[in-house]
Formats: sequence, structure tokens, C-alpha cells
Amino acid sequence: MAGFGFACLVLALVVCAYGIWASLYGVRSGRMEYADSGRRSVYAFAGVISVAVLVLEIAFLGNDFAFNTVADTSSRTTPGLYKAAAIWSSQEGSLLVWAWLMSLWSSLALFLTRKRIRDVAAYATAIMLGFGAFFVFLMVAYANPFATTDPAPPEGVGLDPLLRFPTMMIHPPMLYSGYTLCTIPLAFGMGALLARRVDAEWIRAIRRFAFAAWLFLGAGIMLGALWSYSELGWGGYWGWDAVENAALLPWLTGTAFLHSLMIQEKRGMLKVWNVSLVLATGTLAIMGTFLVRSGILDSIHAFGGHTLGVPFVILIGALIGGSIYLVVSRREMLRSEHRLDSLLSRESMFLLNNLVLVGLVFVIIWGTYFPLISEALTGREASVGPPWFDRYTVPLALVLVLLSGIGPVIAWRRATLANARRNFLVPIACALLTLVLLLSGFPPGVTSKPLALAMFCCAAFAIASIGQEFFRGTRARRAMAAEPAPLALVALVRRNRRRYGGYIVHVGMAVLFIGVAASSSFQHTKELQLSPGQSARVGSYEVRYVRPTATLTPKFDTAHTGSTLSLGAVLEVTESRAPARHVATLEPSEGFYSSDEASQGSVGSLIGGQPVSHIAMNVGVTRNVWTAIEPDIETPALKRIVTVGDKTLPPEDGIVAVAYLAREYLKHPPPAEFNLLVSPLVMWIWVGGLIVVGGALIAIWPAPSAVRRRVAARSRARSVGGLARA
Amino acid sequence: MGLLIALLTLVLVGLVLAIVSAPLRRARASSSSEPARDLRAPAGAGASVTPAGAPAALQAARVREELEAAREAKYREIRDAELDYRTGKLSAEDYRAIDADLRTEAIEILNRLERLKPRDA
Repeated sequence: MAGFGFACLVLALVVCAYGIWASLYGVRSGRMEYADSGRRSVYAFAGVISVAVLVLEIAFLGNDFAFNTVADTSSRTTPGLYKAAAIWSSQEGSLLVWAWLMSLWSSLALFLTRKRIRDVAAYATAIMLGFGAFFVFLMVAYANPFATTDPAPPEGVGLDPLLRFPTMMIHPPMLYSGYTLCTIPLAFGMGALLARRVDAEWIRAIRRFAFAAWLFLGAGIMLGALWSYSELGWGGYWGWDAVENAALLPWLTGTAFLHSLMIQEKRGMLKVWNVSLVLATGTLAIMGTFLVRSGILDSIHAFGGHTLGVPFVILIGALIGGSIYLVVSRREMLRSEHRLDSLLSRESMFLLNNLVLVGLVFVIIWGTYFPLISEALTGREASVGPPWFDRYTVPLALVLVLLSGIGPVIAWRRATLANARRNFLVPIACALLTLVLLLSGFPPGVTSKPLALAMFCCAAFAIASIGQEFFRGTRARRAMAAEPAPLALVALVRRNRRRYGGYIVHVGMAVLFIGVAASSSFQHTKELQLSPGQSARVGSYEVRYVRPTATLTPKFDTAHTGSTLSLGAVLEVTESRAPARHVATLEPSEGFYSSDEASQGSVGSLIGGQPVSHIAMNVGVTRNVWTAIEPDIETPALKRIVTVGDKTLPPEDGIVAVAYLAREYLKHPPPAEFNLLVSPLVMWIWVGGLIVVGGALIAIWPAPSAVRRRVAARSRARSVGGLARA
Repeated sequence: MGLLIALLTLVLVGLVLAIVSAPLRRARASSSSEPARDLRAPAGAGASVTPAGAPAALQAARVREELEAAREAKYREIRDAELDYRTGKLSAEDYRAIDADLRTEAIEILNRLERLKPRDA
């Protein structure tokens, strides 16, 4: 069946080539049946790639280790869910998933626009199929997911232990969906420029896809942060890692685009901004995909083996060069139809918002790519760490949160100072009240962190401003429709989904930033060695090491992590001040996995793989208590067990020595290294993220067609009637 | 196994050809049953025109799409302005001025739409 899978790739490449030709020929000659045939090529491409994905998934689920991809990333003992998800854990499989998701979104976009902007859609079809051809070509020429080994090995290597967590099942598909969705607005943006049709219609066609890309990317980033915090042993959720930044960059430009597209829709302004942002978002998404396949990085995100850097660099170069050419050559038709009426207007705030977001993008691009380029050219390792990023991004983030509260309160076109004063009264009062509360010493030490203090006040301003919007909107609705308040609120949101969905997103971002500011500025951390019976104080908590733990797979490995041996500790957490209330019992552990190195011996190879920390934490509304352990298995007594076992036991009996090691560890536990953290308000980062997702779904959700028709008809009648009265 | 793979591949190729060629077959069928083609007909399936840039029908459709998009955007602006007024972001005087401007612009768009040829059924 591997041959059939590869045949699907070749057929997909042929379909892409035909579709590109047919779309371009159709739109240039006016023979739209060829453009329609090109559109259908996208559907066919999606179908063929889906068959290829199905072939590979069947191979994973059926343990067909003749497939190299299956042998390298799965095994008979890998749980079923992880087997199904292992397809995207390899370079080859992830390229196939990328092409598949892109084909599905492209098909959906073209289906929804099949009766509109046909000239723009034809060019967009050619571009989307171009991306499809690129990724399929990579698979055919460099990284074939259907490559086989004959004879097939009897067992696979298994999934990387770091990926054996439920959040890792969702994080990659979310990110891939976000990246691939970014190509849709890029394709339509280029199509609009090529067709010389830069009105608001193409924006209207792709607005939901741009929003969906933003939503999926954001969800993928949040899930990655959650995985980092919950599963990795460093206790943080964001490290300004190159791959994290690469996903954040298109999300930031996408955020700017979602705001400024409203201005083009309403006022015909910021056309250059919008096409530039949409092209930048798509290009940055490709750059993010490139980063983990270029061979530059050595991280859990990087796909080792083949380097696809050169083809990606060519594609990115073509995208950047083509984008610049198109924008410059069409600059006359991209002129704004109107000018800014007033600096005190929502348009001005959106423009300022764009400038801040683009500023953030430039800072992060510099901090991410410059060290990599410098190292590639000079051979000297260069790095820019979190303190550098924080120095420049935190002030910009403060401005963004402030703008998220100012924008909703200012009218379109122009606002008067008197109105602005009236509308800002409550939000400013809330911000000042927050400041007074914090300065009065609650919580302790807050005044020593001025940036965190500023963030709390800005967030309070933003949340109060949006709360005021909901209150006034509901009041206005009640006055018009005489509805009870709850119904009026629901009707208000339903009739103005984009506006109020966006407001909810702003609230979510403010809540998220409160969590980030608190957890990063007021965290208590301690790294130390403890023996059973010993205690340590961290923040306002006492952590006591009660006793060690040891488990052997498979019977006791409830997390299905696949570790041969898991050593850990039972920790009792109590409040440090009297009456020392019990808070939680935590059981952090570290898993020791099998390695591929037979030279490590029959016992050593069972536990010689990369150890993985399994953290334990107590989650609370106001704080999290987070613990990680690094047991010491290198003591002379434990090493002797391994050495003797390696010399005397055959491979099939190595587990006996491991069991003896575990028993010895429990009887005479050596001191272990502990990492203890107390982080305030971490939970609110994830709550903020959920609020953002909820708001985005409201904003993106289409109104039922009957409601759309009624609203359009009423607006039409009132427009005509209003002029008659005037 | 080789025969099975070959058969599956042939079936897939056949499906792809059927999907991709459908518009071309429809165009050929409609052009063979209607020898005298009206180039002013909308550019639906089967329309075939001289390769002298965008056909007139396609251009008309493009103008209509732009005006319809502008109309929907103008309705949204009118609703947003009213909501801004009712939530206290605009004074009564500013609202009246903006609303009058927007309604004038909306009428102009509606008039331009009316002047376009109606769509064929």
C-alpha cells in the first residue's frame, strides 16, 4: 500500500500543475470554464491527499513497520490515540498533514466564493495549488512519508516521550490549521492584486478565514504554553523560544489585519496596510513552518534528518519578492478613498494599534532571526534571551492593553472631547481604584514591580471600558425594544456579533495579561536538594518530602507514558503560617525510558533514554503550587545494580535488575533535586485564553440567513426612508 | 498486491478526471447546442468569449459585486453609527450629520445598482 500512497502524491502533483495552468488560462482568456476546472482541481487535490493520509493512518494503526515513518515514531505498545496522532510527529508525516489541511481549507474557501469574485478566486486558486505543489514536491523529492524498508523491522522505536501527553495531541493540529489557514487570505490578497480588484469584496470573502487562522494559531500557541507549563520540568509557559516566536509573529500581524480590515470595509482606507498585513501573515506562517525544517534548530519542535531549508528559502524569497512587487506596482489603486476625519476617532486608534503590533513584530523578528543568521554566518553561538524580549515587548503590550480599552469607547469617524471625557470617566476611575488598592499594600510587594502594577491598571481600564459598552448597549436595546435586560443583552450580541464578540476577545486578552504579569513578576521559586523528612519554604508554603515513590511499567504506568521506570516523591504542602493548614499532597516523578543503544547493556538500555519530568501541581484561583523532581540514580549503590545486571543478565531479564533498582531506591532513597514554584494567578492565563476563544467564535459565527435578509431589508428601507425625511 | 495498487490508482485517476473535467464537458455541451453565443450573457458555466481581456459580462458582474459589497458595508456603517449614538459615543448633532452623509452615500450606491442591467435568471 506504500506504493499506492506514493502514487497519490504523484497524482496530487499532476493535479496541482494542471489546476494552476487551468486557473490562469481561464482568468486571462475569460474562459471561465477553465477557471472552474482549476477550482475543481483543488477539490480533487484535497480528495487525493485525503486518501494518502488515510493510507498512512492505516499503516500507523495497523503497526505496519515496513513504513519508515511508522517504524520511527510508533510501536506496538504505543497507545492507540498516540498512534493515530504520531503521523504528525515526523518530518514526512507533518508535511503530509500540512498539505492535507491546506487542501481542505482551500476547498472550503473556493466553494464559498464560487459565485463571487471569480477573477480573484481564479488567481487565488493558482496560488493555493502552488503551495500544494510545493509541499507535495518536498515529499516526493526529499521526505517521502511512504518510504519503506524491506524486510520490515519487527517493532518500532515508539513515540518521543515528550509527546506522550494529551495536550500534544491537539497542539500540532491546531498550529498546522492556523498556519495553513493563513495561506488562504494570502492567496486571495495576491489574487486581488493580480486581478487589480482591491475593493472590500475580497476582504469580505476571506475575513472569516483570516479570523479562523487567528483563532487556530492562538489556540495552538496557548496549548503549547499549557503543555510547556504542565509537562516540562522548567515551570514556565513562555520562553521566547524561536519556534514559539515563529508562531506568534503571524498571529500578531493577523491581529493587526483583523482590526484594520474593518476600516477598509467602512471607509475604503488602509488598503496598503491590509494587503501588506495579509501577505506578511501568510509569509510569516511559511517562515514558521520553515524554521522547524531548516536544520537550524535543535529542539523538540525541530524535525531532524533531512533539511528542507533551501527549498523553503526559495519559496519565502519568492513570496517576499512577489508581494513587494505587487504592492508597489498597484499602489495607485491602493490609495485610500477617504482621509482620517479626526485623530480622536476609532480609525486613529486602530492605526495606532497597527503600529504597535507591527513594532512588536519587528522586535520579535530581530530577536528571533538575527541570532540564528549571525550563528549561521559566523559559526559563533549567539542568543537573545527572555530579558531582552521582555525589555521591549512589555511596554508595547501595555500600550496594546490600553488601546483595547480606548478603541471600543471612541466613535467611528470623529468623537468630541466632551463625549470622550464622559465615556472615559468610569474606566479611568476603575483604573485609579485598582492603583489605590495595589499601592495600599495588597498584595505585598506589588509596588516593587512597576510594570506589573501598570499592567494591572491598564487591564482594569480595559475591562471596565468594555463592561461599560455592554451596559450601555443593553440599555439602548432595552429602550428600543422594551426587552428585559438578559434578553436585551443576548439580542444586542446576536445583532452585533463582530463588535461584541471582539469586545469579549479584548476582555480575554486583558485577563490573560493579568495572569502573565502576576505569575511572572511575583513568582516564588526554589531549587534545592531534599531528603525524606526534610522541608523547604517557598513563598507562603511549606513543602515536606514525605517519602520516595517508584513504579514499573506497564501495569502501574497510569499515564501511559511508556517509561520503563518512574521515580518520584510524595510531597506534603501546607501553609507556612499557623495553623499550617494542609493544602495539597503532590507526587512529582521522573520517567526513565528505553534507549536504542544496545551498547548500554541489558539493564542500561532499559533506562538509558532521555528522562522526562512529570510535574505535579496544585491549581488554585489565586496561585499554583508547582513541583518537579530530578531523582539521583547515579549513586554508587544504584550504579552497581545496573553494572552487575549489564554483565550478568540477558536482555529479556534486564527488567529484573530495574525492579531491584526501584526497590533499593525506596529502601535507601538518596537526596533528590527539587524545583518548587508558587506562581500567582496562572489559572487566569488559561481562563483568559478561553474567553478569547469564546469571543472569537461569537465574532466569526455567521448570522442565520433569514436574520441576514431581515436586517438587510430593514436597513435598506430605513436608508431610503431616512433620506426622504431629510 | 501490485494489481490492487494499480486498480486503486486507476480508479482514483478516473475520479479526478471526472471531477476536474466536468466544467469543460458542460461548456462543450452547451456550446454545441447553442452555436450563436450572446457575448453579453453572464459568464456562467459554458460561457466562452473573445480573449480580449475580461469579457463585458464578467466586468458587469464585477461592478455589481463591488456595489453590493459597498451597499452591505454602508448598511453596517449606518447601524454602527446608530449604536454609537445610542451608547453615548456620538452627540446628537454629530450623529445627525454622520447619519445623513451615510444615507446619502447608501442611496447613491442603490441608484448605481438600479442602473446596472438586471442579472439573468
